[in-house]
Amino acid sequence: MSVTLTAARQARLVPALQAKGGRIVAGGTLAIADLNQGPTSGSALITLDRLGFDQVTAKGGKVTLGAMVTMAKIARDRRLKFLHPVANSIGGPAVRAMATVGGNLFAPAPYGDMAAALLALDAEVTLHDGKTTRKLVIEAFLRQRHKLNKTCIVSVSFASPPAGAFRYFKAVRRKPVSASVVTIAALLPRKAGKIKGARIALGAMAENAVRARKAEAALEGAALDHEAIAAAANLITTETSPADDAYASAWYRREIAPVYFFRLLTA
Amino acid sequence: MTKVAVEFTLNAREQNEFVESGSTLLAMLRDRLDLYATKAGCHQGTCGACTVIIDGEPHLSCLTLAERCEGREITTLEGLSLDGALHPLQQAFMDGFAAQCGFCTPGMILAAKCLLDRNPEPTRAEIADAISGNICRCTGYEPIIAAILSVAERMRDPVGKRA
Amino acid sequence: MEYRKEYFSDARPEGLTEVGVTRQRSDALGHVTGKTQYYADRHFAGLLHLKMVRSPHHHARIVSIDTAKALKVPGVVRILTAQDVPQNIYTILCLIQVEPNDEPVLAFDKVRYKGEQIVAILAESDAAARDAAARVKITYDVLPAVFDVEEALKPEAPLVNEYHGRNYFTYEGHHCRRVRYGDVESAFGAADFVVEEMYQSSPIEHAPTETTGCIVVPDQNDRYTCYSNTQALYFTLDNTALILKSPFHKLRLVGGTVGGGFGGKVDVITEPVAFLAAMLTRRPVKYEFSRAEEMQVSSPRAAERIYIKDGLMKDGRIIARKVTLYVDAGAYSRHSPYGTTKAAAHMPGPYTIPNVWIDCHCVYTNRTPSSAMRGFGVTIGDFALEVQMDKLARRIGMDPMAFRILNAYRDGDMKAHRKEVEGAALVECIQAAADLAGWPLDDHYKAMSSMKREA
Repeated sequence: MSVTLTAARQARLVPALQAKGGRIVAGGTLAIADLNQGPTSGSALITLDRLGFDQVTAKGGKVTLGAMVTMAKIARDRRLKFLHPVANSIGGPAVRAMATVGGNLFAPAPYGDMAAALLALDAEVTLHDGKTTRKLVIEAFLRQRHKLNKTCIVSVSFASPPAGAFRYFKAVRRKPVSASVVTIAALLPRKAGKIKGARIALGAMAENAVRARKAEAALEGAALDHEAIAAAANLITTETSPADDAYASAWYRREIAPVYFFRLLTA
Repeated sequence: MTKVAVEFTLNAREQNEFVESGSTLLAMLRDRLDLYATKAGCHQGTCGACTVIIDGEPHLSCLTLAERCEGREITTLEGLSLDGALHPLQQAFMDGFAAQCGFCTPGMILAAKCLLDRNPEPTRAEIADAISGNICRCTGYEPIIAAILSVAERMRDPVGKRA
Repeated sequence: MEYRKEYFSDARPEGLTEVGVTRQRSDALGHVTGKTQYYADRHFAGLLHLKMVRSPHHHARIVSIDTAKALKVPGVVRILTAQDVPQNIYTILCLIQVEPNDEPVLAFDKVRYKGEQIVAILAESDAAARDAAARVKITYDVLPAVFDVEEALKPEAPLVNEYHGRNYFTYEGHHCRRVRYGDVESAFGAADFVVEEMYQSSPIEHAPTETTGCIVVPDQNDRYTCYSNTQALYFTLDNTALILKSPFHKLRLVGGTVGGGFGGKVDVITEPVAFLAAMLTRRPVKYEFSRAEEMQVSSPRAAERIYIKDGLMKDGRIIARKVTLYVDAGAYSRHSPYGTTKAAAHMPGPYTIPNVWIDCHCVYTNRTPSSAMRGFGVTIGDFALEVQMDKLARRIGMDPMAFRILNAYRDGDMKAHRKEVEGAALVECIQAAADLAGWPLDDHYKAMSSMKREA
């Protein structure tokens, strides 16, 4: 094995090393698992331990999670109660103590539940490419993530959802936790009893978390009643392309997603 | 091959090692320090057999790079009975038939210890969650959950508490 | 719980006191302190790691194997192929006269399932072995594959295993393991109802937490010690000696604690290659399945397909049972010819039926070879039989417990295998189970006994 590990002291080191074929290790739950199997030659690993990326800030209705914030840290933060079910649905406690927000944005299906939640929350991803820091809306980030291997994630930010407007459910094969059969995150803000600005994200229903825009449209302007929810549920899988894996078949995912969506919204 | 010096606390003792860059804590414990209580089940972070405690939290040693342990406090199952007396969890796992083949047991006990250290009055659901990353294939989870519950009850009841 | 000591009391010695008493496991202290020693919990200086290059195809001819680039990877010590194995073709149960030998230790002319082992890399580290494995170049001529037992038995199916010549195991000249008793066809004609159903199962992986593996260490005086988590120490010793053409006394196996087995560690896969590697390099060698290998190539419980056709009378008697059962052995025999015999011996279930016809086929397909797993050969059969029993009871509107008691073996009955029943206890077991479950069993059935068949 020829592995070199560099703890990046300045974010600008990271892209330089990645240009030479390096890989960023955040919590290690994806990168080290890969390193432990298959060929390793020439692997250069870059840790982000000393960059101060492990801070959570919440002020003025805006939340910022550093890329190195772990699931365990989110699950203990009283300001982030709406994200506790998300963080606690990812792996067992040991995985949660290691897995990070930044890493989760790169997790392939059937992983990446935090990414689905952040997609529903319309998060903005802050990236650093060696020279400049830029921001990308999460939907664009998820679409391009394979091409973003010469940048590192600094943080993600989003507006705190109105009380009770964020809902989350993850269907699993083995309770209480496993990889996802289907993950549903929904932001359902209401104005005068009507839904305004619905955002619905699905995990494990495509290569990465995707929005269910047709279902969102079906809910827009409607009261959150059975009829509107049923109409949205009928459309929930239309923009998905789930895969067969050890946890569920694509067929099963398509069958079960509307059922769980209906239950989540009628609960 | 790059070697890196790393200094940490292992089972209450200062430890200095010179490790291969990119190698895991699991490899260091088993292959360098001959500490075999930590088991290798999958090297993928999915079975939990290699669970150790780092700074009070459960971690998967198969996914933890050894050189990232600098300055941290690590406890393996060997560290639970340093004075020769069994930890209450060890006794409860013995008494309650909570170990059959024994391969998942070290990780189970350490995951349970993290829970009880943080939350001495866990519910059954909280116990199930605490061991949810630890796969058991033969004992069955019921005796394991019952053993952990019995320790929590004994810790609450000082009369029943072991010396 | 009351133990029904009155049953068979004459057959039991007095003074038995252990049942119902809780005893501490003898290995519990080692388990909870982490001191229990599993095979891998040992340190050997100079240990070599063995990594296998495996087939990516279900069925293919091997055209060429090029290991030149792999040999150049730093840390690689030696690479083994089929030519290095003294007796490359074997079958585990040749020790109990199950023939022919049908499986290569390392594949050479063709591969018959995805994941089959072809080339063994020996390197100073697991990572170096993995790097080298990725550099072995094997060219294949991909062949059509068959994955279904009934498809495999059709004349046009691709031939999976040339050592058998056909896609099934031959039992004493017969194409399947058979039981013939009475005349089922006439009985179907006389039955009030004929019920025919199909049942099937998928392969089941044991998924032990500790993956299959061993370490072989050269000892003094040209002897070798193998620390293994095998569940079949002597099968492993004997097969390895035959494969390596080695005197038995040169090989020593140390087993004992297994980190989960469930039958998944009775095949002889890692040890012969590891022994060979240790002999050729004179260094300790570890061959351990990765988790992915454990899931892909360690033998699962066989998939089965079972057709059951029963002749049933309105009064609840089953007068005929015809069973056609297919065991998916995968590409090689391993323990499946034996498992299929067990399936035949297990039918028609613990019931006295006067007309029985059983065909149990052990079929070769291009799937991972199946083998032992907790009650293999009978577990899936029991699932099928007992679901069938419930369906039969429902058909005639009879209580399913009473229906089973009525048809259960009694002492003195003749089994389909022409062995007289003795020591039967099913009637009493069902009565006790009904009692515990608060199941309202009719007095007529409560009075029945395994000791004799009522008039």
